Amino acid sequence: MNFQMKNFVRLSSATLLSVTTGLVLASSLKLDNAKSSLQITFKQMEVPVQASFKRYAVNIDLNEKQIEQSKAQVEIDMNSLELPAPEYNKEVQKKEWFNAAQFPKATFTSTSMKLISPGKLQVNGNLSIKGKAVATSFPLTYKAEGSQQTFEGSLPIKRLTFGIGDGEWKDTSMVADEVLIKFKVVTTK
Amino acid sequence: MQRYSGLSIFLHWLVAILIIAAFALGTYMTDMRISPAKLQYYAWHKWLGVTVLGLVAIRLLVRLWKGAPAYQASLKPWEKNIATATHLFLYFLMFAVPISGYLYSYAAGFPVVYLGLVQLPALIPPLPELKDTFKEVHEVLTTVMAILVALHFAAALKHKIIDKDGTLERMLPGKN
Repeated sequence: MNFQMKNFVRLSSATLLSVTTGLVLASSLKLDNAKSSLQITFKQMEVPVQASFKRYAVNIDLNEKQIEQSKAQVEIDMNSLELPAPEYNKEVQKKEWFNAAQFPKATFTSTSMKLISPGKLQVNGNLSIKGKAVATSFPLTYKAEGSQQTFEGSLPIKRLTFGIGDGEWKDTSMVADEVLIKFKVVTTK
Repeated sequence: MQRYSGLSIFLHWLVAILIIAAFALGTYMTDMRISPAKLQYYAWHKWLGVTVLGLVAIRLLVRLWKGAPAYQASLKPWEKNIATATHLFLYFLMFAVPISGYLYSYAAGFPVVYLGLVQLPALIPPLPELKDTFKEVHEVLTTVMAILVALHFAAALKHKIIDKDGTLERMLPGKN
């Protein structure tokens, strides 16, 4: 990645979303799809279940000189969630869950960033899922190795805040309210 | 007449009830539409399976420790042979069916949390590509077990109704 001029990184979300299996970059920067991941973990009757989104676009304006001026935007294709049991992939697209027909994308847009320590940022922003935006804040680690940048973090959310799992699924003893979003974004030159 | 030990008799009937419950639940739940009830039944099915596995381990130890009463003298050698073979095979399946289900669950990426309290050790990592194989194994073993249980049940009735030879009474609670 080239940080010489404006230390600007931009991944084109439009290009990213047009590709189903891999994430490609408009510029010379590539989001390493194999190394990146976007996972969620939740408990179903105390059983930890892991699932991951396969399609998402990440747009990071990284200002290395003034890191707090950086901006991040994430767009997640709700239709791309893969659960351990494929028959449930379709289920979660339904109205009670993601209502993906009406709200095909979840987004996160940063509003501010604060440097906590070298390589660690506190990111504030708006997380919007199922048409509902909620202000969130989470720590993000940032690491640069040669031509590769790694952004890692996690944020716990409550599914019912976004109306995910409506009707008969509201029962949190069956599917817990807490959902942990865990991500790792790796970019290379 | 010689009976099995009281503990053996108790464990036999308890395990029998649990196996039938797990079998009924397992057969019913797989065809259900996705709902909280379905998830609930899957959990219960797994808990039953783990319970059976634990009780069968105890049962086997009790059996080895207390032994089994001799067959009724009136039994023909082929009857004894078939009975012994069936019992051995049933013991094997009482371990194999829950273990295969346990492995299937982990292969599918779902840990087993016994009674919603204790997460049991993952003996294997999630193996999505082998998931269907584990499912197949669990189903085939279950089917074989259902056939053997039916045979076991029919034989018990035959001894009770046709032979009237006291074989079934060996596994029923009694005075001596």
